[in-house]
Amino acid sequence: MNVAPAPLPTIAVQPEITGRSLWSDARRRFLRNRAAIFGSIVLLIMAIGCFGAPYFGLRSPAEINWDRISAPPFWWPVPSEKAPGPAAAPQAEAPQVQDTDAAGGYDISQFQQQQQEQEQAQPAATAPADTGRYWFGTDENGRDLFVRTLYGGQVSITVGLVATFVSLVIGIMWGAAAGFAGGWLDGFMMRIVDILYSLPFIFFVIMLTVVFGRHIVLIYVAIGAVSWLDMARIVRGQTLSLKRKEFIEAARAAGVSNWGIIRKHIIPNSLGPVIVYVMLTVPAVILTESFISYLGMGVQEPQSSWGTLIADGVHAMQVAPWQLLFPSLFLAITLVCLNFLGDGLRDALDPKDR
Amino acid sequence: MPFETLAGVTPLLAVRDLKVHFEVGGNRLLGRKPATVRAVDGVSFDLLAGETLGLVGESGCGKSTLGRALLKLLPTRAGQIIWLGKDIAPLSEEKIRPLRRNMQIVFQDPLASLNPRMNVGEIIAEPLRIFQPQLSAAQRREKVKAVMAKVGLLPNQINRYPHEFSGGQCQRIGIARAIINEPQLIVCDEPVSALDVSIQAQIVNLLMDLQKDMGVSLVFISHNLSIVRHISHRVLVLYLGKVMELASREAIYANPLHPYTQALNSAVPVPDPDLERNRPRLVLSGDIPSPINPPSGCPFRTRCPKAQDICALEEPLLRRAGAQHLVACHFADIP
Amino acid sequence: MDAVLSVADLQTVFATPEGDVHAVNGVSFTIGRGETLGVVGESGSGKSQIFMSIMGLLARNGRARGSVRFKGQEILNLSLAKLNKIRGEKMAMIFQDPMTSLNPYLTVRRQMTEVLVEHRGMSETQAQREAVRLLERVQIPEAGRRIGMYPHEFSGGMRQRVMIAMALLCSPELLIADEPTTALDVTVQAQILELLAELKRDLGMAIVLITHDLGVIARLADRVMVMYAGNIVEEAPVRDIFRSPQHPYTEGLLRSMPRLDENHGGRLRVIPGQPPNLQNLPSGCSFRERCSYAMEVCVTQVPRLETIATQRCKACHLKRLPA
Repeated sequence: MNVAPAPLPTIAVQPEITGRSLWSDARRRFLRNRAAIFGSIVLLIMAIGCFGAPYFGLRSPAEINWDRISAPPFWWPVPSEKAPGPAAAPQAEAPQVQDTDAAGGYDISQFQQQQQEQEQAQPAATAPADTGRYWFGTDENGRDLFVRTLYGGQVSITVGLVATFVSLVIGIMWGAAAGFAGGWLDGFMMRIVDILYSLPFIFFVIMLTVVFGRHIVLIYVAIGAVSWLDMARIVRGQTLSLKRKEFIEAARAAGVSNWGIIRKHIIPNSLGPVIVYVMLTVPAVILTESFISYLGMGVQEPQSSWGTLIADGVHAMQVAPWQLLFPSLFLAITLVCLNFLGDGLRDALDPKDR
Repeated sequence: MPFETLAGVTPLLAVRDLKVHFEVGGNRLLGRKPATVRAVDGVSFDLLAGETLGLVGESGCGKSTLGRALLKLLPTRAGQIIWLGKDIAPLSEEKIRPLRRNMQIVFQDPLASLNPRMNVGEIIAEPLRIFQPQLSAAQRREKVKAVMAKVGLLPNQINRYPHEFSGGQCQRIGIARAIINEPQLIVCDEPVSALDVSIQAQIVNLLMDLQKDMGVSLVFISHNLSIVRHISHRVLVLYLGKVMELASREAIYANPLHPYTQALNSAVPVPDPDLERNRPRLVLSGDIPSPINPPSGCPFRTRCPKAQDICALEEPLLRRAGAQHLVACHFADIP
Repeated sequence: MDAVLSVADLQTVFATPEGDVHAVNGVSFTIGRGETLGVVGESGSGKSQIFMSIMGLLARNGRARGSVRFKGQEILNLSLAKLNKIRGEKMAMIFQDPMTSLNPYLTVRRQMTEVLVEHRGMSETQAQREAVRLLERVQIPEAGRRIGMYPHEFSGGMRQRVMIAMALLCSPELLIADEPTTALDVTVQAQILELLAELKRDLGMAIVLITHDLGVIARLADRVMVMYAGNIVEEAPVRDIFRSPQHPYTEGLLRSMPRLDENHGGRLRVIPGQPPNLQNLPSGCSFRERCSYAMEVCVTQVPRLETIATQRCKACHLKRLPA
């Protein structure tokens, strides 16, 4: 008895099969990459911590504690714990002060006694709801460094995202247009990129600062204005290599307009390297912002970013190393995680399985 | 250019003395002149409705370039392309675009001609969106499924992506995309060369069925003479951008007048050991010249067993040598 | 029969992220002296992978098992040093794309004389003379001048001739040609086939001709091996294969190819279905889903290669194909 060969296809009502798009393949590959997952989780925690800081019932970042100027974290191993530093000095100076102010009537020794009693009663207690524990210590103005680091993270992360987004939009449009147009227009547009590339970035920022003054938006503009150049080059390169692919020619033959080809065929197929590049631009932008702020041209007081905190921390490096340590640590962790994420995306989006 | 059309019938497409030349190399700043690749160098022919014209030739003959030039996917240097009575060769891209509804193309590499990020339904529907925008999404979907069944694909695969299909199935997708607006002309650029032998036959049958069903004209470009002979009504033989011979498929095999056509026929190995080992052979010497520097006069003269002095001096014109049989040779075997 | 190459139960497996792929599934055959064996198959048949395994050219994720004896000596999975003595000297291989086996940075002279000096112990001058002689043998005009050129300066047909010349440098006893003319224009292919026929006549070496083109097989092969999904499905002398194929796949292939000398013009008789997916083969006979003669036993039992006449074998449950 013969088994009939496979039946011819019919237009029977059969359930539609869901396709396995390249994006879902990439997602699967990404989820297998442990470093990338780890990086993503840490970044998520970091973002929640920084942006949720106002809602966690912490101290205000502007709150000053005169008693704890440049105080180390509560767990910091300080050798002379029995004789508190700030309290020791006034005692030594007490005799001199008394001498000079005897006629003034204001008895500083009383004030100092009160302070001593307060100190001995509860170390580093100021606000009533506060246990007085500073996780990261305080800066030279007595502000909680932990809170300031978190709030500083808001600024740094926002700058990273916004400036990168700006560079993304400008870069994609410029690069896709140049690559697709080809010929003299492509050459002209890329020469502009080359010229802008060669301008020294710092001078550009200094000029902007001189003209417009120090403002947070200035940072976004300055950084965005520089980062789009690389993005444009990458997108142009992608566009050039895609233009030669047969499915682009097929789209032309089907009657798709030029703009339609760019929108539906070129851009979705260049997203792979673009996404990876975006992920790797964010850390570069954050670093740039830190550098600008370190030079004193970025974020204004009382706002802080990791850059300003690091700048301040460098000044006090020898006396109060924790002021440098923690913002740097946060910056480093964020950058490393972003790099893991970027690498993971690149491996996931790399069409290796064909 | 003396060229007589086939008596009485208005051709769907009439090509007259078409030239497609490319500039390569050169450097304007340094004063180096670019070289000219004469890919298509004066080609003329007619194509009737419902007919399949086979374009055969080897590397450098310009058949793929000619196929794309017919659809104005490449700029043409000179000559006319008279489509439905109107010369489209000088038209701009914007004016050509609406005509693309009616003239389509199927490519050689099945997978590469499909956007990897679009699913099959979207790929096939794209020409519908452009030329029949009044259709709703549901109507589009119905049409796509119907055309998928027509080309032998299961309609429930409509959400799948190109890389999930085999080469033959990808080519069916490409064909579905080409026929969804019911064009009058489809240029098939080596549509089966990248496929397995057993699948080639399926696609050839499909194209022949579609022609019978829809009355579409095909320009079938291939280097595989056996397949061209099977599917075409008439065959055009190209060499270095020029027409050597144009005749019905029976005449091209049974009565080839041009030495090149004779050599081509002789070169194809026949799948029959006794026949193949004992038949007389006409093997050409030398290599195919480059289209940048074609020989003067007749381009085939450097390899032609019948070449004489006149072949270098005078380019042979395409002359009538029988009903529907044209040949460009000074020494063609005209009976 | 004096066997130059004898292969027993060769299995080649590739390890991929999606699981193991059995490219060659227990293949056994012999090649006699001076014999030309044609190996026919499409993609996924394993025809190339057999000889890549034998020559030690498998990709990193491939493993070959079984026995391959070259003139009695076991060569499968031999150490690189020992294998290099045999391949290039006694066994040579030419490929579809000459550019991949010719070094684009060295002149042809350098590439050829290197082999002669290394393997045949010639001096430079002797080697150069021999190299020019071989280039003339493969009908490269002006061989003395052209030997100083680089591979990219040759045309496709010329490059293929150079590759053949290089393969012949050490007078091999076995020449493996993997789709040698597939990438060539048809008139150039005719020239190369003519050359191979001549060399076959004059040099008496055994040749393995791997191709999907049955016309080429008809021209050059003495015996034919048809492969499908990693198995041999039929083996027979060349005339028998064309006149009376005994496997449905062979019959289907022959019927589905349009012939230049025939003019039926109707529909081609096709093999339905898709080429085999080696990661998802059907149970029993891998060809059964495309076979118009499929029976119940084909679903459950893998057909074994059985001898049906002198020098003929096939792997099919069907007793005899209807004529």
